[in-house]
Amino acid sequence: MGVSTNLYLAAEGAAAAATTGGIWSEWAGLMLIGPMLAFVVIVLFGKRMRYQGAEVAIGAMAFNFVWSSVLLLLNMGDSGVLYERSLEIAAVGGGLVFELGWIVDGLSIMMYWVVAAVGLAVFVYAHGYMKGEVRVTFFFAALSLFAGSMLVLVGSPNLVQLIIGWEGVGLASYLLIGHNWELKENSSAAMKAFYTNKVADVGLVIGVIIIGITLGSFHFWDLAAAAAEHSAALGPVAVAAGLLLFFGAMGKSAQFPLHIWLPDAMAGPTPVSALMHAATMVTAGIYLMARTFPLYQELATAARPWMIAAGTITLFGMGLLALVADDIKRVLAYSTVSQLGYMMTAVAAGGYTAGLFHLFTHAFFKALLFLGAGSVIHAVHSNNMSDMGGLRRHMPDTYRTFVIGALALAGVFPLSGFWSKDEILATLGYEGYNLVMWIAVAGAFVTAFYMARAVALTFFGEYRGHGEPHESPPIMTRPLWALAVPAVLAGVVNIPGLKLPWIGSFTDWLSVRSVPMGDHHAEAIDVGLAAAGLAAAVAGLWLGWRAFGPSAADRADRDRVEIPVLYPLLRQKYYLDHAALGLVWVIRQPAARAVNWVNDYVIDGVVNGVGALCQRLAGLLYGGVDQHGIDGVVHGLSWGTSGMGGLIRRIQSGRVQQYAGLLVAGLLLLAVVVLFVL
Amino acid sequence: MILNQFLILAALLFCMGVYGLLVRRNAVMVLLSVELMLAAVNINLVALEAFWQTSEALGQILAVFIITIAAAEVGIGLAIILLIFRNRRSANVDELNLMRW
Repeated sequence: MGVSTNLYLAAEGAAAAATTGGIWSEWAGLMLIGPMLAFVVIVLFGKRMRYQGAEVAIGAMAFNFVWSSVLLLLNMGDSGVLYERSLEIAAVGGGLVFELGWIVDGLSIMMYWVVAAVGLAVFVYAHGYMKGEVRVTFFFAALSLFAGSMLVLVGSPNLVQLIIGWEGVGLASYLLIGHNWELKENSSAAMKAFYTNKVADVGLVIGVIIIGITLGSFHFWDLAAAAAEHSAALGPVAVAAGLLLFFGAMGKSAQFPLHIWLPDAMAGPTPVSALMHAATMVTAGIYLMARTFPLYQELATAARPWMIAAGTITLFGMGLLALVADDIKRVLAYSTVSQLGYMMTAVAAGGYTAGLFHLFTHAFFKALLFLGAGSVIHAVHSNNMSDMGGLRRHMPDTYRTFVIGALALAGVFPLSGFWSKDEILATLGYEGYNLVMWIAVAGAFVTAFYMARAVALTFFGEYRGHGEPHESPPIMTRPLWALAVPAVLAGVVNIPGLKLPWIGSFTDWLSVRSVPMGDHHAEAIDVGLAAAGLAAAVAGLWLGWRAFGPSAADRADRDRVEIPVLYPLLRQKYYLDHAALGLVWVIRQPAARAVNWVNDYVIDGVVNGVGALCQRLAGLLYGGVDQHGIDGVVHGLSWGTSGMGGLIRRIQSGRVQQYAGLLVAGLLLLAVVVLFVL
Repeated sequence: MILNQFLILAALLFCMGVYGLLVRRNAVMVLLSVELMLAAVNINLVALEAFWQTSEALGQILAVFIITIAAAEVGIGLAIILLIFRNRRSANVDELNLMRW
């Protein structure tokens, strides 16, 4: 096994020095193995445990949280952490090597920490949420697999391990979305997620193969180096490879038009949605784009307009869909898709730090919102906001934390969402994408609007559901408060022009990298732009409050304002599901016919031909060799033996006198021989 | 000493024995013929012993052995013939093909 360690410092970046991080980096692979081990242990022994395996899953996550927190602290301040380790598993051929390992740099540490922090909160919450549900043990096993695969993905130093984690995440999400598979919708949603992701994965795999064959290496490190020196080998295929990788990212990170699976993925239990939307699944695509950022920055620049277009459509168009959804989780799901559009647009536009910073803050407030929604659903036993209302009085903890999350998502000063959204807007402006920037501002307005609607319909007015809703137990509300803290404060770490003592800034955290790249972080806040973003958010909140707040409480259809053409279009999700199904339908008939034809004529022909040939050969063999050759020998031997026996047995007549006669004859013969011959 | 008379007598006895062995139908007579052949051998042994005057009298010792064996053989043979006769009411050798293949 070969071990390689690469050190590389960013060309530009505040942190000048990097340490390896000592044992915390050298054994960081434990974080990748921990949840996987937990998965195996829960599958094998979970049923016999006191809490049905939840304790193992939570324990593994707590371990990861502690470990990644230490790494995060080491990475803060003046010197970053940089460490990479690859263990050679097998030679693939063509000079390619299959390696497993882990990478510890600013980007990975940030992702480790987000996954562990959000994961820990969600796991603890899930322990309360899943009480009395079916298959709790398997749920926690799959949850561990989910988080573990994501850690394998973000810890990967090469593209192949990334695919392993990528597929693990896809598998675990399939299992978790379809957790209550007895309902047809749930299993259908799981399959939809799986299929959509698989379609995208094809792009990813082909892109990885192109890169691997062109470079002779799967390492991000080599990819970045080749991009930095404008490798002549990589140049011609860079755009194709970049677009294919982006296609893979579109699936996981739910970019238009492959976003269709994510809202349906709400069929899973709420903690799954929280984990999926905040930390473990949809961020994978953004992470991939960030990790391969040098490729897009240097070589595959032609791919970036497409990425920006997809991201922009996603951030605005999908945000609108959240306006008409009745299912509270669907509102949040479309909101996630929209926010992912922000991240993708930012990364594609060159705002590496901006996109990741939004990923960072979004993870906390979106996990918070989902867990809050789960708490509400737990109380009213319905996903629909038309069955909610007035919960402010019944569920004070959920209400307060949900509002914090909603304001953070809307981008209200000074919560975390404001800073990260402003960073994206600033980057878009700096890079010269002014149109996109204003669409993003409009998107901020839409975001605020639908969050105001969701809060108003859920927590204000009169209760419209059945039974008496009650606050969730502390095991569920405590994670909410735990997530509310970073949802409020996470933005502080990257305020332009402000560098906190000792902690440093988010930009600095990411500045020590295993891959070189340049990106922009504003030195001072652009007050005009920030004000525009904030104004959009406040306007959205105000309008949403006017349209759906308590003042409109007496309207029967208080959860909707039907604008002709637009409303049905949004209700039908731009007919994208129909389009996707139609596409499948259009492709399916000819494809099925073609496959059938190929099957009937080509494959069957080959099979039948081979069969007939074999039969002929066997016939020859049977008639010629077996029947006449081998059987001939066998029969001849037996015939000869039996014939000889038939002759010789005549001697054995049983007549003593005949024997005696022969004896005498023999004696005489001997006597003659002795007397006359010798 | 004259050897030839004894040898001729033994040869005649032996030939009579062989003839009886091959020709007689009655099993008892066949057995008697075998005794004749043994007697011929004994005559030869004793005559040659007397002719060569060996000090150890090997021929006579051997003859005594043969007589003993012949007695035992006749005992067993007669017993077998007796049993066959009891079973088949016949001691005809031609009808005895029990030991066929």
